[in-house]
Amino acid sequence: MAKECCSQTSTSTRLEPAPSKDGITKASTSLTTCDIFGAWKARWGIGRTNYTVEPGLYSIGSPDGESPVLVSANYKLTFDVLRKNLTELDCWLLILDTKGVNVWCAAGEGTFGTDELVNRIESVRLSDVISHRKLILPQLGAPGINAHEIAQRTGFSVTYGPVRAEDIQGYITAGCNATKEMRRVNFNFIDRLKLIPMELVPAMKMTLPIMGALLITNQFAKRPFGKADIAAYAGAILTGSVITPMLLPYIPGKAFSWKGWIAGLLGTVGILGKSKGFKKGNRLMSAGQLLLFPALSSYLALNFTGSTTYTSPSGVKKEMEIAMPLIIAAGIAGGIIMLGSYLFGRRSK
Amino acid sequence: MTTHRYLEDVTTLALDTDKCTGCGLCEAVCPHGVFEISNKKASLTDKDTCMECGACALNCPTKAVTVNAGVGCAAAFIYGWLTGGEAKCGCSTSA
Repeated sequence: MAKECCSQTSTSTRLEPAPSKDGITKASTSLTTCDIFGAWKARWGIGRTNYTVEPGLYSIGSPDGESPVLVSANYKLTFDVLRKNLTELDCWLLILDTKGVNVWCAAGEGTFGTDELVNRIESVRLSDVISHRKLILPQLGAPGINAHEIAQRTGFSVTYGPVRAEDIQGYITAGCNATKEMRRVNFNFIDRLKLIPMELVPAMKMTLPIMGALLITNQFAKRPFGKADIAAYAGAILTGSVITPMLLPYIPGKAFSWKGWIAGLLGTVGILGKSKGFKKGNRLMSAGQLLLFPALSSYLALNFTGSTTYTSPSGVKKEMEIAMPLIIAAGIAGGIIMLGSYLFGRRSK
Repeated sequence: MTTHRYLEDVTTLALDTDKCTGCGLCEAVCPHGVFEISNKKASLTDKDTCMECGACALNCPTKAVTVNAGVGCAAAFIYGWLTGGEAKCGCSTSA
């Protein structure tokens, strides 16, 4: 079974062993090499939208009618992080069908929601399995769940546990009390590092056809693109999608588009300066690049707002109303200047 | 540890203290510690850290907390503008 799941790129993974007659599946608290490889693939976007486990009721250790019930999502990455942090517990896992999306995003979309929880409680016949009437939900599921409505419709009371799975055992040991630290979302360097591949992959996909087209059009250009131009372009992609997210709190300013533009400008000036891009005969092309590349970097950085844990829609909207017209104007102006220089300019030496 | 700050004076979060019963759910669900309960009433501590996820408003039994909840994602707004529809978070549902 293990080998099989590694060889498949995008398929839902069935856990071993299969559900028993009562529909409850036993889950292990240790991850296999295959689980770890699967997590790595999901981070890079390979088979990510199909990385799921079956929704339903799972058991960890040897739970009984008094054991706690933890509610979570059916994204396999979420499920794996949860179970590997439950080594000292006997408990039940009630997995909702969130279409393979993590708890927080699914709560925002409403799939980790009140209706799904009510239906899942009924479909697994939770009342028959346990004697108490208490559910522990991840705190980040709260944007999709109305705790009072759950109580009214099912008789189960909802308690919000900690943000991170690693705190669950401590939370339960403390009598279901979360410290302030357990209730806060962080966004540290490692958190951001894990998100970089999903920023980089779309940027790379956009780059490939551009590079392919340039190989052909370079034959007809008066001032074809060379290594320095490609380096400046790659620099803009990297500053927008990797460097700005990594150095996020250290780049001055609050707006992401501004942070990305500053980083992109420094990168472009640096690369053009090093490759003698400012020397006579090449200045028009460089002017176009100074308009286009920082704008590209700014746009990519702006897109990172969707990955952060602290940007509000009101803030993003306000930022975009100012930044988007500037990005588009600089992009078009830079593009026209570069195209003019490319087709009609002088060949740089 | 470095803390992140986003744009100020933009959040739509509002609290009607008269309706508040002091149940404490808003304090429990907020990922940025915006609420504080004292003397059986909630108060807003640092409103500018609010990311408008909507957990507090949805879980408030008396609707004392209100917020225009949504995703703070540029791609979602672009999607909304292009399709003329709602700003929708698309990363997780489509490739």
